[in-house]
Amino acid sequence: MNKVLLIIQREFLSRVQKKSFLIATILTPLIFPILMGGLIYLAINEQKSVKQDVVRVVDESGRFDFTETSRFYFVESEMTIDEAKEDLNNSDDFGILHLPEFDIYNPTGIAIYTKSNPSLTMISDLESSIKNQIEDMKLKESGVDPAVLEALKTSVSVRSINLSETGEEVESSAGLSFGVGYAGGFLIYLFIFIYGAQVMQGVIEEKSNKIVEIVVSTVKPFQLMLGKVLGIASVGLAQLLIWIILISVLSMAVFSFFGLTSPSDAMMDQVAGNVTQVSGDDFASNPKVVEIMEMVNNIPFAYIISVFLFYFVGGYLLYGALFAAVGSAVENPSEAQQFMFPITIPLIISIIGLFMFVLNEPNGQVTFWLSIIPFTSPITMVGRLGFGVPVWELVLSMVLLVIGFLGTIWFAGRIYRIGILMHGTKVNYKTLGKWLFMKN
Amino acid sequence: MENIVEVKGIHKSYAKHQALQDVSMNIPRKSIFGLLGPNGAGKTTLIRIINQIIMADKGEVLIEGEKLAEKHIQIIGYLPEERGLYKKMKVGEQLIYFGMLRGLSKKESTEKTKKWVKKFEIEGWWNKNIEDLSKGMAQKVQFISTVLHDPKLLILDEPFSGFDPVNANLIKDEILELKEKGATIIFSTHRMESVEQLCDHIAMIHHSRKILDGSIKDIKSAYKANEYYVQYKGSLNGMTADYEVIENEVLGDDFNKSLIKAPSTIINPNEILQELINKVEVHSFTEKIPSINDIFIAKAKEKSYE
Repeated sequence: MNKVLLIIQREFLSRVQKKSFLIATILTPLIFPILMGGLIYLAINEQKSVKQDVVRVVDESGRFDFTETSRFYFVESEMTIDEAKEDLNNSDDFGILHLPEFDIYNPTGIAIYTKSNPSLTMISDLESSIKNQIEDMKLKESGVDPAVLEALKTSVSVRSINLSETGEEVESSAGLSFGVGYAGGFLIYLFIFIYGAQVMQGVIEEKSNKIVEIVVSTVKPFQLMLGKVLGIASVGLAQLLIWIILISVLSMAVFSFFGLTSPSDAMMDQVAGNVTQVSGDDFASNPKVVEIMEMVNNIPFAYIISVFLFYFVGGYLLYGALFAAVGSAVENPSEAQQFMFPITIPLIISIIGLFMFVLNEPNGQVTFWLSIIPFTSPITMVGRLGFGVPVWELVLSMVLLVIGFLGTIWFAGRIYRIGILMHGTKVNYKTLGKWLFMKN
Repeated sequence: MENIVEVKGIHKSYAKHQALQDVSMNIPRKSIFGLLGPNGAGKTTLIRIINQIIMADKGEVLIEGEKLAEKHIQIIGYLPEERGLYKKMKVGEQLIYFGMLRGLSKKESTEKTKKWVKKFEIEGWWNKNIEDLSKGMAQKVQFISTVLHDPKLLILDEPFSGFDPVNANLIKDEILELKEKGATIIFSTHRMESVEQLCDHIAMIHHSRKILDGSIKDIKSAYKANEYYVQYKGSLNGMTADYEVIENEVLGDDFNKSLIKAPSTIINPNEILQELINKVEVHSFTEKIPSINDIFIAKAKEKSYE
């Protein structure tokens, strides 16, 4: 049996059998659907039992007329403001909107008295309603026909549609693309750090426990390093795949519980050329919900997941090898700190770049370079995926990433082969440089 | 093939430090071969070269007449000076793993592990993690991992340092038993006295050069100084001038102990004894056999004068 495979197998099994791995792997996907189910449940409940807040209107000017909204139910009050204030404490009503006599060209003194703090959106809802009415008053005063006024009222909602290269129209949402990019990029960042650190710890363990000399008398140091890096990669992949499967099964369950078509179902329907039918109860036929579901369904999950996996593996290999090199140069984790700098900097640049540039300007110059350079591309290119990436850029970035990780593995291997057998020498960057060019 | 290992003109240097200079030696099949020298002399470097962990700058190593290659990993068992085990791995699993790294199939490795574990009476530890074992227990596991695959050539780097006395004895017995079964054992040590009872051949390395090698018997007879310890009553004064008294210790009451050196022309101890009987009342008479340590010191001095 090939010895690299043997090492991969050991690394994989020794980690997968740990309790901590099992707990993290099974609990994390549970948290996700529970969270999602909880949110949907709350949303539906809110829809069903729209609890409008009662606002008493003390309109001293007598010129306002509020219609009820989804949030507020307005009651004209005959009381004076002082009486109303006193009375409020004895009722369940939300508050009192006080509109004193005022000049419409200089509206002042409007106030809302409440028992609990109103939210910002409540205030701005009220403000815009009052503002509209005052504007109407002004228009009326300048002699505009009320019929014309009525006709002026328009409701606009802009749909965002992507034109694909084949001319297909796909409804998209900046918010969703943002979410997908954010989640994907961040997940890769997290995995590189968590699993990279595991590679480093594994190498340090072998070195400080003095196992390494026994092992390298049977395999080449490079094989040992490769086996360790790949073995831990397979642990990460296994964890990720379990998550993807569990999350999609569980979210399918959550979706179908609420009578919605889940994204993965929709994906299958699309493959089969079917039109997604959104059926179900009141909630599911709510046009806003249908719209969101349609956008979720329009995300090309198969494409995103496969590209994500590529960058996940590529990015991990690139950094995992470097973590192994650092581990080989030191005797204990605290010494590793000094060599972590060149590894963490590009990772931190990637994650900052993801938030500052990629997600805000998915087609900008900085974004382009960040998603091409192998040290930053695993995180930033995944961040761009939701927004659509030209094929040539994706191919270029992937090719460079492959060259990149082959390069770092070679580089790390040169340091590793010397480092693992060095004990008691003080190591700095200069020594690392020497090791790089040292003969076997 | 008389020699299982032939080392030919090996040079190795690290950065500025010369670790081995033109080292050659033959290691006879089925011998117990001691590689001697103080710490830092280059023993570990030579052992690492034979184990293919590092490469020589110049020279070559032949195993059974063939140039060192990957397939030789299977026939070598190696116990490094710096040794350890995976702490969070079970005894059984770990031994099987090391066996497989040496080229055994999973089935073979499992069988051999079971055999050794039984021999060392540690079957009960099979499912224990190394970190739950005592140091002495772990040393047993460590030794099994070295000999598990029945190596023809066993290389032990400072095998007696770090092992507790019970395990050190166990290892000694195992070494002798493996030799009986036809294995060749190379071990390195800086403690010369541990060598004499075990080795039949030795090589001495000092300051990165080999200064001496051969069978212990040959070396000892070559370095006999023709010196004798004598306990006697009386005085040695008036002995023939070509006898030399090196040391003298008064034990009291006209009773003395001396180390005398006979002239190199006299090789028969009877002649010396005769000479002594004429002068004093001899109570004991022993030839001084040089220890390997003495020979090493003599040889190292001689080399540094060159």
